[in-house]
This record gives sequence, structure tokens and C-alpha cells, in this order.
Amino acid sequence: MLAIIKRELASYFKTNIGFVVLAIFDLFAGLFFYAVCLNGNTGNLTYVFSDMFIILLFVIPILTMRLFSEEKRQKTDQALLTSPISLSRIVFGKFISAVTVLALCMTVFIMFAIVVSVIAGAQWAVILCNMLGFLLLGSALISIGLFISSLTESQVIAAIGSLAAGLIIYLMQAITTILPISSLANLLNKISFSSHYENFTLGILSLADVVFFVTVTFTFLFFTVRLLERKRWK
Amino acid sequence: MIEVKNLTKCYGDKIAVNDLSFTVESGEILGFLGPNGAGKSTTMNIITGYISSTRGTVTVDGSEILENPLEAKKKIGYLPEIPPLYSEMTVQKYLEFMFDLKRVRLPKKEHIDKICEMVRISDVKHRLIKNLSKGYKQRVGFAQALLGDPPVLVLDEPTVGLDPKQIIEMRYLIKSLGRKHTVILSSHVLSEVRAICDRIIVINNGKLVANSKTEAFQKEMSTADMVTVQIEGTQSNVLDALQDVRGVTKIVKKGEKFPNVYEYVIHSEKDTDVRKGIFNAMAKKSFPILLMKTEELSLEEAFIRITNGEGVQK
Repeated sequence: MLAIIKRELASYFKTNIGFVVLAIFDLFAGLFFYAVCLNGNTGNLTYVFSDMFIILLFVIPILTMRLFSEEKRQKTDQALLTSPISLSRIVFGKFISAVTVLALCMTVFIMFAIVVSVIAGAQWAVILCNMLGFLLLGSALISIGLFISSLTESQVIAAIGSLAAGLIIYLMQAITTILPISSLANLLNKISFSSHYENFTLGILSLADVVFFVTVTFTFLFFTVRLLERKRWK
Repeated sequence: MIEVKNLTKCYGDKIAVNDLSFTVESGEILGFLGPNGAGKSTTMNIITGYISSTRGTVTVDGSEILENPLEAKKKIGYLPEIPPLYSEMTVQKYLEFMFDLKRVRLPKKEHIDKICEMVRISDVKHRLIKNLSKGYKQRVGFAQALLGDPPVLVLDEPTVGLDPKQIIEMRYLIKSLGRKHTVILSSHVLSEVRAICDRIIVINNGKLVANSKTEAFQKEMSTADMVTVQIEGTQSNVLDALQDVRGVTKIVKKGEKFPNVYEYVIHSEKDTDVRKGIFNAMAKKSFPILLMKTEELSLEEAFIRITNGEGVQK
């Protein structure tokens, strides 16, 4: 599995995708930080983190689009699947490498926290809670993106599919308010990423939210493994 | 070493491989022949565990590929039809990655160096794979299959994309590997299979149509009941003499090849060698024989003959 993580990470930066993602992510993070904290004179990072959700929606598909679709298109999956390594390790290795790039992007938040702590005195617990929430949200989106990438041989379709899935997830809470059936609205609200993520941005660490994102992540990783397994039987 | 039993693979309604059974002994080089779409690659993909069979079993050195996939895969080095290369990596980095992925327990650097030396890619080790020629890519793919010295090598058209000199080198290499490894290789080039393989399996439409030792395969397909001769002497006299030879059924005149030298194709009864008789008859009449050869179907013709299930017009 380590071999896969190492190769994927090297590939992110060899193909420059890693640098592009870092640049986009940090540009917008910096912009939001300036607008909210420096310009708005506050040490509260809540809005920076909640605004970054939308950036995540665009960045994650770039990270996940090639993970499996490119393997299939270049037929390199033949090397992976005929090696003495289980499918779940392959999937998990790819997942970890994408999460690592996201974590690299997030190091910029530490810089923000230091700036805030110098100027206004930072609430480290809240900031750590924010970062944990962001990482969990990102992981869930990555596992969904990974799943979509395993569905198609085209990177473009994988990227657009993941973006659409992300936007639906993002808008789910808004959709619930216009739904006429209240029970359905309730259900959708319960699985809305926004409502679970909101708590983290406010500095509320609840086990339910953590469990929610971890469950979503592993569910889609499991789906990916099952899908790849099923393809071999077709 | 490898035992394939009742292997069947269906894609929806289409049957790609139909009840295929064969075994490969340890140290044997098996040639896999068949027209395009016969199911060669599908069979190889099943043996290596890339796809699953619909029915049937594949056992590699005692490990069943579906029941004990990790053990079985450890014993196989696979070069697919399209070498599985990551174009953005250098050859060295790629082989290191495959080395780690296959969890090879040999000294890494020496082992990779040795294999690069063997398939002659040492001079491109630090180049990006995407910049390599097709021949080099093919050999990098082959190097990947050799990592960890697996007892079984499965090679899907290993000489495609190589130039004539490289093809000869590759054949020599495969043949030398056959001493230590069990090899299954598929090919379109029948002379190649004849040169390398101990045994030949022919499949068509997913079904086994022939399975025999290379020499036996050719013997079976040979047409020893046909002899071509060039004899000096007046045609009518020679014909008269030939007609008297025991076993001759038909003589076809092929015209004058040199001044006063005519060529004939002599057909004989099955399993009768008429060559001695011809020699004696001609010697008695002092007609010098300048050429005598038996006609054999080439492997190509034999191949067409089996897969079509009918004789080939000579």
C-alpha cells in the first residue's frame, strides 16, 4: 500500500496537478482570510472555513478524477490487479494519497492561525476543531470522487460527475426548505453535509458529526472496492 | 505447474472462452495460437487473475487463482498485450514501484539492475517512459514481469513492436528463461512459436482445437505424400520411368526449369515413402535428379487448416 501512496503522490506533483490544486486552494483561502479576518478585524475563522466548502467542491474533483479512470485508460490497472495486493489496499492507498494532498493544502490554515494569534489571540481548540471538520468533509468528498472515478475511463466525465455530486451535496440543505414532503425534507437534512459541517465551523465537536463523515467515507470506499470487484466478474 | 480446467468466460451472451482445459508442465514453454478474438488475451487475463472466469478453475503451483489470489499472483509475472506503464514515470522509478507493489524480497537495486541488463534497457533507465520508443516500452513491460523471478511467466504477444534484431534477442531471452521458468506466450507469428515453444495450443472461438508438442504438431500437419523433384532428361521418358515407381498415384508436370530439366510434383499413396523408389528408377535410366524435396505445410497453412476445419489448397 505504501508503494501506491508513494507513486500517487509523486504522480500528483510530476503532472503538476498537485501544484495547481495547492495554488488554487491557497489563493482562495488567502482571499477569504483577508476579506473575513484582516479586513473584517476579527480573529474568528468560522466564515473562512465555511466559505472554503465551495472551493473544496471544485478542488476535490481535480484530485480524484484520474485516480482510477486513468489507470483503466492506460491499462495500468492490469499491473495493479495482477499484483499480489488486495483491491481494498489499492483503493485505500489512492484515497490516502489524495487526502495527503488535501492536508498539504490545509497547512495554510496553520499560518492563518498564527497570524490571528499574534494579532488577536487565537482560540486554538476552535481552530483545531475547524481543521478536523474540514479534513473529514474533504475525506468524504474524496471517497465519493474516487468512487465516481472508478465508474468511467474518462477523466473529464469523472471530474464533471464529482463536481455535480458535490454541488448537489452542497445544495441539499437549501433543497430541503422547498420540499413539500416534510418527512423527506427531514431525512435529507439529516444526511446533508452542510448541517454536519456547520457544527465544526462553529467550534462544536460532536461525535455524531465525526461518525457521519467517517461513515460516508468508508461507505464509498467500500462501494469502490465492490464496483472494481464486480467489473472483474462481468 | 499450471492447470486450467473447464475454463469458461461469458460476456453477456457472447462466450469468449468455452470449456478450455490444459496443463503446463514446470519449465515448459507453451505457445498460445489463435486468430484475433479467439480468446487468447481473455484466457491470459483469467490465468493472471485480472478478470474472473464464469466457470472453471486455474491452479498455479497449487494455488487456485480465485480462492487464493495473493499466493497465486505472487508466482506469476505478467506482460499484457499493452504494457501497463505509467508514462509520467522514469523507467527506474517505475520498476522500483512495481518491485514494491509485488513485495519482492530481493536486494532491490541489484535485482532491478540485473533485469535491466537482461532485457537491455539499462541505457534508458533514467528517461521518462512516455518518451521511449515502442520497442523500449515493450521491454520495460517485460522487465516488470520478470521482477521477483516469478516461477511462471505469462506473455501476451511479447515481440510486438520490436525490430527484427530485437525480436531475435527477445526469442533467445524467452528460450533461456524457459529453463528456469514456466512460460505461456501468445503470438500471431507462427515461426516464432515454432522457434521458442515446446508445445503449441491452438484455440479458435474460445475452444481448444489443437494441443500437441511442436514437432508432433507439424508432423500431423505435414503432407509427406507429396514430393517435388527436378530431373534432367526428356520429359516423356522420365514420366514413363516415374509411373513405374511403386506407390506413385499422380504426377503433375511443372514445366522446364533449366535446359532439359523438368520439374514434377509426385503424389503418392498415404504413408508410403516413394523417394527411394524414385531414386532407384532414375538411377537405372541415368536420369540425374537435381532436386528432391517433400512438401510440408508451413505452420501458417497448418494453422489456417485447423482453425477453418478444412484442407488447404496447395
